[in-house]
Amino acid sequence: MYSEKYQESLAAVSAARTKNIAMEPERMTAKQKEDLLAAYHPDYKASEFSVLKIGPNKGDKVPHELAEMLQAHSRISASDIDLSSPDYETDVLVIGAGGAGTSAAIEAHEAGADVIIVTKLRMGDANTMMAEGGIQAADKPNDSPAIHFVDAFGGGHFAAKRDLLAKLVCDAPEAISWLSDLGVEFDKEADGTMVTTHGGGTSRKRMHAAKDYSGAEIMRTLRDEVLNRKIPVIDFTSAIELILDDSGKAAGAVLMNMETKELLVAKAKTVIIATGGAGRMHYQGFPTSNHYGATADGLVLGYRAGAKLLYAETLQYHPTGAAHPEQIFGALVTEKVRSLGAKLVNRNGEVFMHPLETRDVTAASIIRECSDRDNGIETGNGTAVWLDTPMIEEIGGEGTIEKRIPAMMRMFEKYGIDIRKEPILVYPTLHYQNGGLDINVNGMTTNVENLFVAGEAVGGIHGKNRLMGNSLLDIIVFGRNAGINAAKAAKTTEIGSLTLKHVDAFEKEIMDAGIETDAVSPKLLPDYTRKVNA
Amino acid sequence: MEKMVNIFLFGKKYEVPANLTIMTAMEYAGYQLVRGCGCRNGFCGACATIYRIKGDRELKACLACQTTVEDNMYIATLPFFPLVKEVYDINKISVNESVMMQLYPEIYACVGCNACTKACTQELNVMQYIAYAQRGEFEKCAEESFDCVMCGVCSSRCPAGISHPQVAMLARRINGKYLAPGCGHLEDRVKEIKNGDFNDLIESLMQKPVEELKELYNTREIEK
Ligand SMILES: Cc1cc2nc3c(=O)[nH]c(=O)nc-3n(C[C@H](O)[C@H](O)[C@H](O)COP(=O)(O)OP(=O)(O)OC[C@H]3O[C@@H](n4cnc5c(N)ncnc54)[C@H](O)[C@@H]3O)c2cc1C
Ligand code: SF4
Ligand code: SF4
Ligand code: FES
Repeated sequence: MYSEKYQESLAAVSAARTKNIAMEPERMTAKQKEDLLAAYHPDYKASEFSVLKIGPNKGDKVPHELAEMLQAHSRISASDIDLSSPDYETDVLVIGAGGAGTSAAIEAHEAGADVIIVTKLRMGDANTMMAEGGIQAADKPNDSPAIHFVDAFGGGHFAAKRDLLAKLVCDAPEAISWLSDLGVEFDKEADGTMVTTHGGGTSRKRMHAAKDYSGAEIMRTLRDEVLNRKIPVIDFTSAIELILDDSGKAAGAVLMNMETKELLVAKAKTVIIATGGAGRMHYQGFPTSNHYGATADGLVLGYRAGAKLLYAETLQYHPTGAAHPEQIFGALVTEKVRSLGAKLVNRNGEVFMHPLETRDVTAASIIRECSDRDNGIETGNGTAVWLDTPMIEEIGGEGTIEKRIPAMMRMFEKYGIDIRKEPILVYPTLHYQNGGLDINVNGMTTNVENLFVAGEAVGGIHGKNRLMGNSLLDIIVFGRNAGINAAKAAKTTEIGSLTLKHVDAFEKEIMDAGIETDAVSPKLLPDYTRKVNA
Repeated sequence: MEKMVNIFLFGKKYEVPANLTIMTAMEYAGYQLVRGCGCRNGFCGACATIYRIKGDRELKACLACQTTVEDNMYIATLPFFPLVKEVYDINKISVNESVMMQLYPEIYACVGCNACTKACTQELNVMQYIAYAQRGEFEKCAEESFDCVMCGVCSSRCPAGISHPQVAMLARRINGKYLAPGCGHLEDRVKEIKNGDFNDLIESLMQKPVEELKELYNTREIEK
């Protein structure tokens, strides 16, 4: 239900609907996109970035909030921790139980390794659980891994590490088949043909989905499989520092019980960082679509142990975060709403862009519409544009919304908005960490031996912008890959004596660089006490 | 002025803005959450909560991140509920009702009270999906339970001690793996890739100068 102040604009949107459905908005040229991004995308706002003064990426720029965490004090000093009698010992230590961590654990276990998972909240309290739209794979006859490669490479501004991207697209069909074999219920036609749609920036319909609970369906299945395999999961426990051995190889982690704050030591032959994204860092004050524990911890852990970051300055602002009502401010409105035909419309009922441009371009275009062009709708929390959901029912027939995006329908229904009949208000929300730790194609970091990374904590697979559906894909492909290779490396690894010298050395670097800070990291959780609008 | 309401967190009174969810209201009141908060958006089931509006006979259940506070709301979170999860090998189970009899025999003790359905935070017909599971109608059980966030509220109300979300999870995996039709184009593509059919194409993309890739990207044909 929309209050009086929205009615005039709503009437304009509804009056223009038939015409707007029929119109095919032009796609932007490469040049138009470049100019738009430079002028309006948050990644290009120089005043929001700092230059790192210490560490492997010294001299690079990252968002202020990330710089603060990367250059903060450790939560411990080396002398606090007794490394001589570890609380846990294992072959493979997996940090983070989202999709990447659980796939890694399953494959490492399958390869015969002893595996332990530690995770900040519960297994599955993770960004993976929230993915709605779907997962890409080039498995239709009119598609190929090569076409998928070109879509993703271009969408990521030609910056992806090509060997990583080639692996992503070539292993994609196999990833879908692995998930199917585990029991993930993909949307299919009666004859078994996958129901696939477009996502922003795709040139073929290759988005596979499980209604609009794609991530949840994948996550709960992987979780069930981890439990079936009896892989130990230490929940409500965060990794707060990596442990190295005297030859500089990753050899475990210092853990902290999130409730009792007890510190524990886990010793491992190989370590996989699968800690996910950073939405709860609220870069540039943006709201976020991410889960509660998305605080870039993995980047901090790796950085202190000497691992390099790649493209940490690039974030994805999802163009369609919910802008109204207050209760769901920042929550994701899946791209599938646009895949199914809903267009973006301004205050006057005008379609101002093609709805399926890449996410960065779409976000920048909405920001332009709401700022310089002044065609946004005031919400009390800022400005927003309409996403005209009733178009979906007119195009796809009555019932399409309920069938294809039930979670969306439910999310708004709770607040009296029937998205089948009324459009919704959207504005960009902080969604995805494009950059992260730099890895080789075997999943290991480029410069810390036996330290593997998988999932959203990796940088370079997608370049500087990720296409919808390629992240769920990457957590499966590179999660499995990390698990297999970490198990293999564990077989030949002899651990030397454990050390936290790098933690003290980093502290000294902070001092030497003259950085004055009270901050400690990793952040672990945001603090929302006495703040509205989290 | 913002409209305020009184809520009672574990019995203690707090005054909070009326447009907050139970979750953000707890934070407004000063709680730094660790348990009972995962996705913050209705997907993970971490934030199961029971409440009663003062004077109301009915005890209600909800997800704290999805429910707006009301005046005189008495709130207790249920961040953990001891469900029974049986382990099994998905590759070796039988695909008929005998698997349910073996792993979750208590479902046959359902007394039909419908308390599970009334309590479901996702408004699912829980009793119905348990009935489908009893009869080995896994496809229907999977469909009916699809939106389950595994919060466990239904199980907290069940006199028969059934762990509904785990029963449904098993049914969905059986459906996804065994009952859903196989996918020919997927199998074909996996074979083609294993066979190396795309190696040359991919290799040429790996070598191409960026300018050529830009050209390819900017002129690519887009499926309608
Ligand atoms: C709302 C939403 C919708 C999305 N939709 C799509 C989509 O449709 N298609 C698509 O491809 N992608 C989508 N994405 C992106 C995709 O879901 C994520 O990028 C991906 O699932 C990340 O998986 P992950 O395993 O790397 O991280 P996560 O799933 O976030 O898992 C990381 C885990 O590590 C834990 N952790 C963090 N720090 C620590 C620590 N210090 N110690 C221990 N544990 C820690 C976290 O709590 C969490 O459990 C979406 C994301 C969101 C938020
Ligand atoms: S069926 Fe039970 S576990 Fe699933 S959402 Fe409903 S109440 Fe929660
Ligand atoms: S609460 Fe338990 S006994 Fe009652 S209907 Fe539901 S499953 Fe059956
Ligand atoms: S916190 Fe995930 S459902 Fe509420």
